[in-house]
Amino acid sequence: MKTQNIMIVGVGGQGSLLASKLLGRMLLQKGYDIKVSEVHGMSQRGGSVVTYVRFGDKVYSPVIDKGEADFIVSFELLEAARWTEFLKPGGKIVVNTQTISPMPVITGAAEYPQGLAEKMQDAGLDVDAFDALALAEQAGSSKAVNIVLMGHLSRYFDFAEAEWLDAIEKSVPAKFLELNKTAFMLGRNA
Amino acid sequence: MKTLMLGNEAVARGLYEAGCSFVSSYPGTPSTEITECVALYKEVYAEWAPNEKVAMEAAFGASLAGKRSFCAMKHVGLNVAADPLFTMGYTGVNGGMVIGVADDAGMHSSQNEQDSRHYARASKIPMLEPADSAEALAFTKLAYDLSEQFDTPVFIKMCTRVSHSQSVVQPGERIEVSKTYEKNPQKYIMMPGNAKLRHPIVEERTRKLVQWAETCEINRIEEGADRSMGIITSSTSYQYVKEVCGDKYPVMKLGMIWPLPEQKIRDFAASVETLVIVEELDSFVQTHCKELGIACVGKEKFSCIGEFSQNLVAEKLGVETQTGIKLDAAIPPRPPVMCAGCPHRGLFYTLAKNKVTALGDIGCYTLGAVPPLAALDTTICMGASISGMHGFTKASDTEGKKIVAVIGDSTFMHSGMTGLVNMAYNESCGTVIIVDNSITGMTGHQQNPTTGFNLKGDPAAKIDLETLCRAIGIRRVRVVDPYDLAACDAAIKEETAVNEPSVIISRRPCALLKYVKHNKPIIADNDKCVGCKACMKIGCPAISMVDGKAKIDNTLCTGCGVCAQLCKLDALQAAKEV
Repeated sequence: MKTQNIMIVGVGGQGSLLASKLLGRMLLQKGYDIKVSEVHGMSQRGGSVVTYVRFGDKVYSPVIDKGEADFIVSFELLEAARWTEFLKPGGKIVVNTQTISPMPVITGAAEYPQGLAEKMQDAGLDVDAFDALALAEQAGSSKAVNIVLMGHLSRYFDFAEAEWLDAIEKSVPAKFLELNKTAFMLGRNA
Repeated sequence: MKTLMLGNEAVARGLYEAGCSFVSSYPGTPSTEITECVALYKEVYAEWAPNEKVAMEAAFGASLAGKRSFCAMKHVGLNVAADPLFTMGYTGVNGGMVIGVADDAGMHSSQNEQDSRHYARASKIPMLEPADSAEALAFTKLAYDLSEQFDTPVFIKMCTRVSHSQSVVQPGERIEVSKTYEKNPQKYIMMPGNAKLRHPIVEERTRKLVQWAETCEINRIEEGADRSMGIITSSTSYQYVKEVCGDKYPVMKLGMIWPLPEQKIRDFAASVETLVIVEELDSFVQTHCKELGIACVGKEKFSCIGEFSQNLVAEKLGVETQTGIKLDAAIPPRPPVMCAGCPHRGLFYTLAKNKVTALGDIGCYTLGAVPPLAALDTTICMGASISGMHGFTKASDTEGKKIVAVIGDSTFMHSGMTGLVNMAYNESCGTVIIVDNSITGMTGHQQNPTTGFNLKGDPAAKIDLETLCRAIGIRRVRVVDPYDLAACDAAIKEETAVNEPSVIISRRPCALLKYVKHNKPIIADNDKCVGCKACMKIGCPAISMVDGKAKIDNTLCTGCGVCAQLCKLDALQAAKEV
């Protein structure tokens, strides 16, 4: 199987590490060779963060380069727009429509571009935009945005629902299990 | 059962399986998780040391006692530990000793891009370089065998992309290894008479290691049908080469990066038309090839700056790549920022307001350099704030000037103390501000000697900063709460005005610590707000201006109240306690 590439992008602190952990566990269960490359350290402090998930028969590079991503899963609108060059022709962007202003916007040194979802579509990108934050809150916590997004991403894979839920069970603490399962299903059905 | 592990986690697993029983490290991205993960194995004693030099010496002591030992650090940490390193190369070991060092090409979380491979050559200590997690585990175990077979410490050299990438590993069982200590002055007392006898032994050891490198399995050749080019590579560069070229060209994959084989490289070079060296950062393998008189291409094509990727390697090797659609919009950057509720914020605001010259240090608080706070003048290395400020005050007219050093609690323990001793002894007049957030923050919340807990999370001895500073000879030591802007302002004005060394401890725990209780979010009153933006001067990510009025992001705001102190119109108010 040709290597599949998924980029998870967002703002440091949004929980992308749990999303990649879940994805990694799911893919391991399926017997793939996998590489998951994360960012630790300074960028985690509210900076732009990216996690690369790659799987297939044999995966060499731990990172995804421009023009290679089959999916970009973005926790935030601006971050999706930042990484579009990494999408493969025919790839798909799954994006939470939540916006978080970066410091240059907060201080007034820059503007948050308007209409980004439409701009991406107009540029010929295949964009699946939805309000993951609202669904996370509906599930019981705004922190569950990561699992809502994974639920939505799962629509594009042929893995059984039970397998995903099993991977969630192994990835989150017991007391948050129900919340995360709910969040996953809300995302999957959105 | 196969499992996914970070490279760092796999090194920890390798330590466990190899029977390592003593680990001492100082945290540093991207090396930190090795020690955090190994601490989870009850068979291994693991600790945070105050700095890398102490950690390496402690690991040496454990090796001397007959145990397999380990210490981990980031690339710049190896500079701190370089003093014991070079002499341990001479003494060799008793129990196997492995040193983990992690480079940060691309400077994801570092102040420079140094190439640690030079240390292997300079200290004559062999260095293994894994390219993924499975190798990280296997090479760590192999490193102990080499350490004991050749009587030398051995490096495991990691890098960000190997340390922080998860890949599939097959864990194994632990073995127990222990030797006894026997006094051996000629081997372990490195005074000139003995060291002169050891040096030839070290050179002979290197010759034997070169022989091992000629035939070892970890320096392997992967065949390729197209011999117009042959590639020598290692670590993450190997992964990029394979990603781009597959099995097209012959590849020599180096698992031991020092010492390097000679005949094996000559034979490989002779079997291909053009020899290409793909290595991140400096010319190291290429320099070796040049010394052997082998024609090769390396740094002429591949930069010594930044990290590589598959597209970069493809482009340099003339392989076509594709790119995606770049959006036609101005995308503002998103640099890392101090967190909402960060206790450092109030202090840095006060420093900026008072136009203080502030020599900075290494930690989260380096973010005090970022606008709008922009409160720092320097960042060099661990401890340099204090010693640098000493020199600055001695060399300039300080009359009427406000000059401070800003250093974190963990960094002060690491190498700030000696700078403060220098200030007391040589009678400086600067002010040291210890930003004590009760944790080592930037690397992800590690305990340190001032927190009262050890690496395993158990209660531990707690160093009292005030008592320590006074014992060093600083008479003016005071504590402020950085959430209290008036108190910060008074402390900075008063302490920088006196003609003797002083210490301000700016104390409040990191807002991200689990035990820290947050207040309710600040309430913004739209009717009172006139949009003066006074609250925007602190660069808090929880405050933004919407339609000319201050708006609080309730998901981020911790209710620290620093912004409310800046608002002259009471438009920002603490929520009433229910």
